[in-house]
Amino acid sequence: MSTSSGLAMGLVAQLPALQVVVPLLAAPVCSLMRVRHLPWAFTLAVTAATFLISLALLLEVLAGGTISYHMGGWQPPFGIEYRIDVFNAFVLLIVSALALVVLPFAKRSVEREVPASTHALFYTMWLACFAGLLGVVATGDAFNLFVFIEISSLATYVLIAKGSGNDRRALTASFHYLIMGTIGATLYLIGLGFLYMLTGTLNMADLAERLPSVEDNRAVIVAFAFITIGLGLKAAMFPLHTWLPNAYAYAPSAVTAFLASTATKVAVYALIRMLFTIFGFDVGFEVEILTYVFLPLALAAMFSASIAAILQEDMKRMLAYSSVAQLGYIVLGLSLSLTSESGLTASLLHLFNHALMKGAAFLAVGAIFYRLGTVNLAGIAGLGRRMPWTFGVFIVAGLALIGVPGTAGFVSKWYLVGAAIQAGLWPIAALIVMSSLLAVLYIWRTIEAAFFRPLPEDADEVREAPLSLLLPGIVLAAACIVFGIHAAPIVEVAQTAAGALLGQAQ
Amino acid sequence: MADFDHLSGLVLGLYNYWIVIALMMTGLYIVMACGNLVKKIVGLNVFQTSVFLFYISMGKVEGGTAPILTGDPAEVFSNPLPHVLILTAIVVGVAGTALGLALAVRIRESYGTIEEDEINEADISDARLGKGSRA
Repeated sequence: MSTSSGLAMGLVAQLPALQVVVPLLAAPVCSLMRVRHLPWAFTLAVTAATFLISLALLLEVLAGGTISYHMGGWQPPFGIEYRIDVFNAFVLLIVSALALVVLPFAKRSVEREVPASTHALFYTMWLACFAGLLGVVATGDAFNLFVFIEISSLATYVLIAKGSGNDRRALTASFHYLIMGTIGATLYLIGLGFLYMLTGTLNMADLAERLPSVEDNRAVIVAFAFITIGLGLKAAMFPLHTWLPNAYAYAPSAVTAFLASTATKVAVYALIRMLFTIFGFDVGFEVEILTYVFLPLALAAMFSASIAAILQEDMKRMLAYSSVAQLGYIVLGLSLSLTSESGLTASLLHLFNHALMKGAAFLAVGAIFYRLGTVNLAGIAGLGRRMPWTFGVFIVAGLALIGVPGTAGFVSKWYLVGAAIQAGLWPIAALIVMSSLLAVLYIWRTIEAAFFRPLPEDADEVREAPLSLLLPGIVLAAACIVFGIHAAPIVEVAQTAAGALLGQAQ
Repeated sequence: MADFDHLSGLVLGLYNYWIVIALMMTGLYIVMACGNLVKKIVGLNVFQTSVFLFYISMGKVEGGTAPILTGDPAEVFSNPLPHVLILTAIVVGVAGTALGLALAVRIRESYGTIEEDEINEADISDARLGKGSRA
């Protein structure tokens, strides 16, 4: 009895490592599986375990403060440190929860879109991508972060190229993303090189401690520029987002839903970690860059990407452009965090809420694709009554994207507007509302096509999507409403994380 | 004369960094300017290699030998950490190159070309004919 509880205690202490190691080791095992549904079932089991680990980590961090885990027993800053604070644990939970919700959808959708002979390899890549994303979030070592970014990116390129069964443009989209992604990661590596030359360390906590002593050095600014642009490319920060619309549009439906709700969030996490924990506001130029570069770019993203979304005929591309616009809100929150804590809180909230609503929206679109084989606005004419549940999910997600009260999107926009007003930037509060009206337009175009256009005479008999495709979308749509009405717990976590980040920054 | 010393120190003393910058710019230029997908990958490699060189020259200690412990306390050796880091980055780079070339092969199989402008033309004519999507 005592040995088993001792083992359990030992396992709890290893949670930060297990979080990443479990899916990472599961990936090669998965590639060996040749029984029909086994790779999927195995991936689901691993993801469920990972979700439980991240839940346990969040509870532990909320109760007992930051966890520092020393990989292989090597003391930081010499060894690789995994450092889990509230912010980390929060993002880990977002990633693993969304992966767990999307996976049941993946089964049928992937069976339709990916040849059966490559299912094992498909899920291997899925797990590798998942492990990479979790690794980026969990690690406290700046170089280790680069390695995990590349692990997840390489897997992502393969997953996107797997959409070539539907449309060969998936191949060129993936190639384009590979070029852009590699440049982004390499720019990050250059910036990291400068930081290492200046401080002689790669541990994030150590870097944060040593950077103020060299902040007069111009190399810090150069490092900052390289790192911000590199991670901005990964996060599809306007105007570095050109790879995103095609990559999301042509990837298999399940992959799009998974990436849209996790991958860019993780890149934004890395960016926030760099901006607030490592550089911090002690470095004077950062204030200027946040105000004079991030703020206008965020506003440009909110408007230009929304307008681009309105002009799209393909629902997947429309939602992809909408993602770029929504990232604008997150970046806007970052630049407003100079004057008030609610700016950063809004960013973190939107990180979570956008994962829910964009996941739900892409799952609904994936279900339509499953039945129709196309997601053109012309193709879905009159389908609203044939697939009421699917479009119900889409409408709820759309309302959340707009920011209607009672949905999750409203809560983060509320905090964002509050931050803008607190900063004395009334026009920006107005611009946030205006860009939300643009979201109304592109969501309305879809609803108009689905409900108010007549069904074509020669239309095939289309039934509602099967339950396994519907249920994940319904869960996320329900979550959008639940966290819109009962937002307190998430707001509290976001505020705690924002407070800790700003405390480190000042 | 002092100016000249300063200048020559800037040019000759930091020659490794000038090479890094030149390679970096060359690589990026190839990636952007070449329409051929394989050449793009080559450009990407040149770009990455410049960063490898950057890290390696960063770890060099003047008069230092290879970082292998000989037991001699007077021995000066280069900083091994950047070398180890860049070994990882090289592995990542090789994986990326392999994947990029594999994608180029698949693109060639389905488009019959690896020239970007011809691929774009094919996509545009597909869109005009309403092909591309399975329906």
